[in-house]
Amino acid sequence: MKLKGWKELTPGAVITEAGNAVQFKTGSWRSFKPVWIEENCIQCLFCWLYCPDMAIKVRDGKRAEFDYDYCKGCGICALECPGRKGNKAIIMVEEGK
Amino acid sequence: MAKIVAITGNEAVAHALRQVDPDVCAAYPITPQTDMMQRFSSFVSDGLVKTELILVESEHSAMSSCVGASAAGGRVITATSSQGLALMWEILFIASGTRLPIIMPVVNRALSAPLNIHGDHSDAMGARDTGWIQLWSENAQEAYDNTIQAFRIAEHMDIRLPVMICLDGFIISHSIERMEYLEDEEVRNFVGEFKQLNPLLDLGHPVSYGPLILPDYYMEYRKAQDEVASKVSSVVLEVAEDFEKLSGRKYGLFETYRLEDAEIGLVIVNSAAGTSKDVVDEFRDRGIKAGLLKPRLYRPFPYKETGEALKHLKAVCVLDRADAFGGSFGPVYLDIATSLYQYKKKPILINKIYGLGGRDYLPEHAELVLNELAEIAKTGTVKSYKEYISVRE
Amino acid sequence: MRKLLTLKELSKKEILLSSGHRLCSGCGAPTVVKMVLLASDYPVIASNATGCLEVSSCISDYTAWKIPWIHNAFENAAATISGVETMYRSLKKQGKIDKEIKFIAFGGDGGTYDIGLQSLSGAMERGHDMLYICYDNEAYMNTGIQRSSATPYGADTTTRPAGSVIPGKTEQRKNLTRIMAAHNIPYVAQASPSHWMDLMKKVQKAWEIKGPKFMNIISPCNRGWRSRTDDAILLSRLAVETCHWPLYEIENGVTRITFKPKEKKPIVDFLKPQGRFKHLFSFENEWILKKLQEDIDREWKRLQKESSSEKEGGSSPS
Ligand SMILES: Cc1ncc(C[n+]2csc(CCOP(=O)(O)OP(=O)(O)O)c2C)c(N)n1
Ligand code: SF4
Ligand code: SF4
Ligand code: SF4
Ligand SMILES: [Mg+2]
Repeated sequence: MKLKGWKELTPGAVITEAGNAVQFKTGSWRSFKPVWIEENCIQCLFCWLYCPDMAIKVRDGKRAEFDYDYCKGCGICALECPGRKGNKAIIMVEEGK
Repeated sequence: MAKIVAITGNEAVAHALRQVDPDVCAAYPITPQTDMMQRFSSFVSDGLVKTELILVESEHSAMSSCVGASAAGGRVITATSSQGLALMWEILFIASGTRLPIIMPVVNRALSAPLNIHGDHSDAMGARDTGWIQLWSENAQEAYDNTIQAFRIAEHMDIRLPVMICLDGFIISHSIERMEYLEDEEVRNFVGEFKQLNPLLDLGHPVSYGPLILPDYYMEYRKAQDEVASKVSSVVLEVAEDFEKLSGRKYGLFETYRLEDAEIGLVIVNSAAGTSKDVVDEFRDRGIKAGLLKPRLYRPFPYKETGEALKHLKAVCVLDRADAFGGSFGPVYLDIATSLYQYKKKPILINKIYGLGGRDYLPEHAELVLNELAEIAKTGTVKSYKEYISVRE
Repeated sequence: MRKLLTLKELSKKEILLSSGHRLCSGCGAPTVVKMVLLASDYPVIASNATGCLEVSSCISDYTAWKIPWIHNAFENAAATISGVETMYRSLKKQGKIDKEIKFIAFGGDGGTYDIGLQSLSGAMERGHDMLYICYDNEAYMNTGIQRSSATPYGADTTTRPAGSVIPGKTEQRKNLTRIMAAHNIPYVAQASPSHWMDLMKKVQKAWEIKGPKFMNIISPCNRGWRSRTDDAILLSRLAVETCHWPLYEIENGVTRITFKPKEKKPIVDFLKPQGRFKHLFSFENEWILKKLQEDIDREWKRLQKESSSEKEGGSSPS
């Protein structure tokens, strides 16, 4: 990306594009990757709530896919997932395996 | 219609602030400023202004809340002196770096240690490189006029920087002088409406203030700020022109007094300039070509214009009411020296430190200095480049 | 304006902190912020003290904040938002603004318990209509895990490392929540992201109270606590269940414990998973474990007494 020159900057370093951090993808930080096992999912949405990176999507109140562009692979979702009858609906697998 | 009054410097500035009627004011007591904010607070209590006061628990919070209030979107003021200004130091840079046009009268006072509540310039001189615009004032009239003009300068679209208005503690802040007030309506029309550039309170356009900037951009932001600083002089002159139309009083980047054909000259800021001008007159009466230059816009310093105004003299003494410890010379001396450096032919430049911690500056001090300059101009020999005057051995 | 809190309903709201922030993987802070913002049904403007949350959420050209946000310096988040709030009142009085807006300051424990305490105390005393939220990760994390007055006794930090002579921190935590309560402000509460409903209810309650409010929220930091990246919620839950971090609120001077663990777990359950307490599990430091347990028991007892003795006439449970 071409860096801006000093004439192109906003006065006082104010950022005027709210939430533009989405342009910064943090998915490459991941060494483990969460995988969703839909049949074990009870739609409790804890994973959505506890994900520090807003990397779990919900559509119409229903758990949807991971957003691997941002998921840093912390594993909180997997640890907190109650799953069905003791069977987790999220498991962590090593990246590239 | 102007009104003639007899009032103190603090009263005059408080009056100007009332006439501008800012949206928010943060106040905290410190001598000799205290009575300025007290007066302003009574305007608030009596409903004479629409201003909301923030009665903070420290000057650090005064400046911090000013930054918040200004970013929120509106006119913001505070005032301080000495230790209070020192405590604000960290946030002064944030106010200017964020380009917030906060207005702050500084009633100049010495810095501790040793503790001293009287007038000198150590406080504001110490804050001269914080990115704030500084306007210095000889008397109550100038302090009043500078305060009103400060809003226009700070809020000019090309500038958007905070301004300090400096006036001497006690000597000006607490002595009664005869001066002229403008009408409320005139002041209000002169300063006009203010609109913040990216107000936090604009919910439709959420903005983020104060990001972490890495080495890839920090220098560009600094360069942009330096560029803004270079535009201040012309805006100060433009505003002064409008102000002259309104008040009949003329202001420049600095004031020159009998300097055009002078051979020796004094450079001196604030109240002591008045005493010095009388002595310059006495020397002129004796046929000695003396003159004086009194800086007004001290930051950003108008190097080019100042150098041009002084370069033809034979000998100049810069009188500093503060020392820049370890810098070898007083702060104003350093700037004057820089402004003259580029000229092949330039005056011999000496420095006197005077009036620290409220020590009187008397006509005989100016006389002594001018005599020394006359001698230097004649012989070309300097016995000492820097000296404390009126100090016991 | 208080709504029923179900995750299904909440999940339909926009989260006002975006992805792409650069807090560590598994950091507790973004989850705290996310919950606070999700619980707010009013427009919110926030200030943020220097620290991990601030440097990682607004960096270079990128901001993760979808609300108006301001970072000023380390010690002045409270003073800064008090300025914003005052300007709001001024412009509202002048008829230049009519919307109802709420104001938050976020600060870490260093920026709140230590260097920002004066600014916070001042803003609370002045009565600004604002909510101060301390996300307490129990040390100066952004500068590399230095001890703060929020760091627990015995913890290993980089400025009081556990050595052969000194066993980590040798001073007790400051009880900031009580200090804030002593300001006699209308609302003070302690919360934890593990108990999300409790946390969000407290935020909602705060928004219905005019004046200064303070919430202290535990915010696990796997880097500084030397634990796993997946245990932020687990550890904050253990903090609550061991009563290291009791959940309570003080509304108009009346204390109410909002969550009583069925069975109070021993403090070692909280300490064990964290590397910063590893050295305590040795023969010569056994006394510290004992002391920590005693301190917690004493404080929990005191809190229960304070809470129960004033039950009548207290606030209705929410
Ligand atoms: C006046 C000042 N002193 C010191 C610092 C350096 N500093 C920046 S962030 C920080 C630690 C912040 O700790 P805390 O408030 O607990 O937030 P955390 O990073 O742990 O989330 C320190 C010491 C600073 N920025 N300003
Ligand atoms: S936490 Fe597990 S069970 Fe609950 S919604 Fe997420 S994946 Fe499904
Ligand atoms: S692993 Fe962490 S970042 Fe990734 S989706 Fe799960 S909770 Fe979110
Ligand atoms: S150091 Fe700790 S508090 Fe800071 S971002 Fe990392 S996990 Fe979060
Ligand atoms: Mg911390």
